[in-house]
Amino acid sequence: MAKVIVYPPTSMILSDLVERMGHKALVVPEAVRKLATEKGIDSPPLNVTPEEPKKGLRYAAVDVPSGVRGRMALIGPLIEEAEAAIIVQDPGCLTGCAGCSRTNELVRLLIRTKGVPILDLSYPTNDAEARDFVQKIRAFLEGLK
Amino acid sequence: MLVTKYVITSTESNILPSDIAMKIYGSKYDVLVKETCFGVIVNGEEDVVNALVKEIRSLDPAGIFIKDRGFPPGDPRRCRGRRGGGARPGFYMIESESKMLPMISRALASEGEETETIPEKKKPLSIKRLDEIIKEG
Repeated sequence: MAKVIVYPPTSMILSDLVERMGHKALVVPEAVRKLATEKGIDSPPLNVTPEEPKKGLRYAAVDVPSGVRGRMALIGPLIEEAEAAIIVQDPGCLTGCAGCSRTNELVRLLIRTKGVPILDLSYPTNDAEARDFVQKIRAFLEGLK
Repeated sequence: MLVTKYVITSTESNILPSDIAMKIYGSKYDVLVKETCFGVIVNGEEDVVNALVKEIRSLDPAGIFIKDRGFPPGDPRRCRGRRGGGARPGFYMIESESKMLPMISRALASEGEETETIPEKKKPLSIKRLDEIIKEG
């Protein structure tokens, strides 16, 4: 079982297909859960403390907006853990923790420079493309075993 | 550790969110369930939720999708009832991907069957071949 990071990191389709095919999908909600449900919350309501942007300093310089560094505090450790990646180009709709374009550029760059196997795809627009999409993901994930 | 997962049904699936909720109510699992318009939210211990979603997926393997969620169901930090209305921030992503679910479901269901591949675009006639055709005439 390989740990596969998906981009967009909040994608339902990609994380479902990865889990369905017997691998572990690395997704942002897992990182959010650790913060949001931790007992003894330090910084209500979201428990994002000044430590989070500091963690983000590992991935982005100090003059980069704190929003980018805060997001990288969640996504950066996932990239470090990743053994493979599936990236969807131009996903169209990105909101919440995946809704920052500068963070997304940095995330894609860090994934590509990490040197793990990467599958680049586009979201399907018809049935033939959807079959191709699923087959490519299956072939890629089977190659990781 | 308590985890929360979305169970989302494709719009073409014969399984309704209420069917899933009823199955969970009638199951042996000790979980919290919230029914929504697109599926259900399940909250419980990790092992229990994982076993449960596996059972739910077996109702319609190609039409039911599972997604992780960070916040527990009804959490006042995310629940729109406490935030003065409007969709939860993550809903837009689910809404956007939900439109693709019927296609993905059909693709998953047709796996293993002989299916048509995307035809490659026809290349223009080469000059050499055109020359041959003219000479043949």
